[in-house]
Amino acid sequence: MNAPHSAPDTRDATQDTVWVETVPLIDRIPRSVQMAFVFVVFVALWDVVTRSGLVSAIILPTPWETARDLVFVGRNLISGDYMLGALWITIKEVIYGFALAIAIGFTLGVIVGETAFGERAIMPYLVAIDTMPKVAFAPLFVAWLGFDIHSKVALAAFIATFPIVVGTAAGLHSADANARMLFKTMGASRLQTLLKLKLLTGLPQIFTGLKIAAVGVMAGAITGEFLGGGKGFGELIRVAASNLNTPRVFSLILYLSLVGLALYAFVTWVQRTFVFWHKDQVIRGTD
Amino acid sequence: MSTAAAATPMPGATTGAPVYELTGVGKTYARNALTALEGVNLTLTKGSFSAVIGSSGCGKSTLLKIMAGLIPPSTGRVTLQGRPVTGPRRDIGMMFQQATLFPWRTTIDNIVLPIEIRDGKNAARAARDRARELLELVGLKGFENVYPNELSGGMAQRAAICRMLITEPAVLLLDEPFSALDELSRDFMNMELQRICRSREATAFLVTHSIPEAVILSDVVYVMKPRPGRIAEVIEIDLPRPRTLDMITTPQFGHLVDKIRSRLDKEAFL
Repeated sequence: MNAPHSAPDTRDATQDTVWVETVPLIDRIPRSVQMAFVFVVFVALWDVVTRSGLVSAIILPTPWETARDLVFVGRNLISGDYMLGALWITIKEVIYGFALAIAIGFTLGVIVGETAFGERAIMPYLVAIDTMPKVAFAPLFVAWLGFDIHSKVALAAFIATFPIVVGTAAGLHSADANARMLFKTMGASRLQTLLKLKLLTGLPQIFTGLKIAAVGVMAGAITGEFLGGGKGFGELIRVAASNLNTPRVFSLILYLSLVGLALYAFVTWVQRTFVFWHKDQVIRGTD
Repeated sequence: MSTAAAATPMPGATTGAPVYELTGVGKTYARNALTALEGVNLTLTKGSFSAVIGSSGCGKSTLLKIMAGLIPPSTGRVTLQGRPVTGPRRDIGMMFQQATLFPWRTTIDNIVLPIEIRDGKNAARAARDRARELLELVGLKGFENVYPNELSGGMAQRAAICRMLITEPAVLLLDEPFSALDELSRDFMNMELQRICRSREATAFLVTHSIPEAVILSDVVYVMKPRPGRIAEVIEIDLPRPRTLDMITTPQFGHLVDKIRSRLDKEAFL
């Protein structure tokens, strides 16, 4: 029975049995080339659609118009013009919102994950609030906190809090029965068990919650600006859209996504630094 | 160390001073009115090795939890070194089937964890020298700053032995400590366990599912039966010390294994 990728065996049996394993062609191309290929195909399709007149240029700008506007916005940002000020306002909303979400979400997560009271009496309310469309609270935040950044920070934090609560509570439950029993036999107090066992065991899940929150906090800040005015990037997008300046909308979104990416990358970096043991924790121990 | 038992027959489990005593211990779980344990009497003497064997549901894990001070008995008296056991104590050392080392701590930091929890960080730092001696005792010298994910299963259990010994407990409670290892490592670790226990004159109590393991390690084997969980038989193992793996093939060893197996009759597995 011949393996499909081995050549028919014409050598004599005394030779070393060495043959070349075939790798599919597509797997031999470097990743960067593969990614560039997808990008080029995407832009080409985009170009064909806009050129063919299928879609009006007002609805979908050509790739080249968008690229030109990207350069324009980039120059404006670098020169420190009004767009940089707007971006900075949005970045502040994101950072404050994230910090607030971490403070509230982590505290609630510990209460819910550590106490029976929290799990029985508080968690149901959190689940109920979490299922509500949180964006619908934006007008309330504006009414309570005004048109300044506070209302946007509040909405951003409101959206980002729940994944952190859930991640923290689940993380605290993830210590296995043996580890808990071991801590019990060592006479560990509840606080010691929390600090030296449960929080550390739960870090991977806590960081998963933080990553989901990092995405949500961005959406919260921009939605807040759409619905509550202000001077941030969301407002620039809204104005550009109402002027039917679609290339501008696209390029503003792209720059905004860089901020979101940076926040996500930061959380990932912190996780790699502090949860150094997680990546290969389960690999060994079987040999 | 001081035992002159180098090659002499074992001194007999009843000659040493009693360390751990259970009198009329029973446990009834209120939840389902189940009698998990009834009328357990046993005495562990200084330097002796005892094993308890029985089918699942015979109450041996309940017994071990009571002895570890993790749950209170419903009836009876439990005394370690003359004081009643009313909770976890530093003179009780315990080891489980899983090594349960924490991946964020180096091997030596895992070993001094019981000290850190009971006496604080400074005491734990002071205990590092002792931890190094223990690592040498179990053959893990040079591994103190290695993280547990780099240890094999057998090495991780050796580190767990060090962690159990660091508080210098009066009794070692071993809950199937090597049953997660492959059979070759398991035999080897059992011989290591014997060596370590002898060198420290440790009083040990082993829960196991393996009859040969119970026989090769123990001075006394308690056979437990379920419904209600009780000690049905006490069998003294009069093989000479130190035990070696060669003994497994001797007729005397086979006879003892047969004897225990016959006591664990069908009823025990229903």
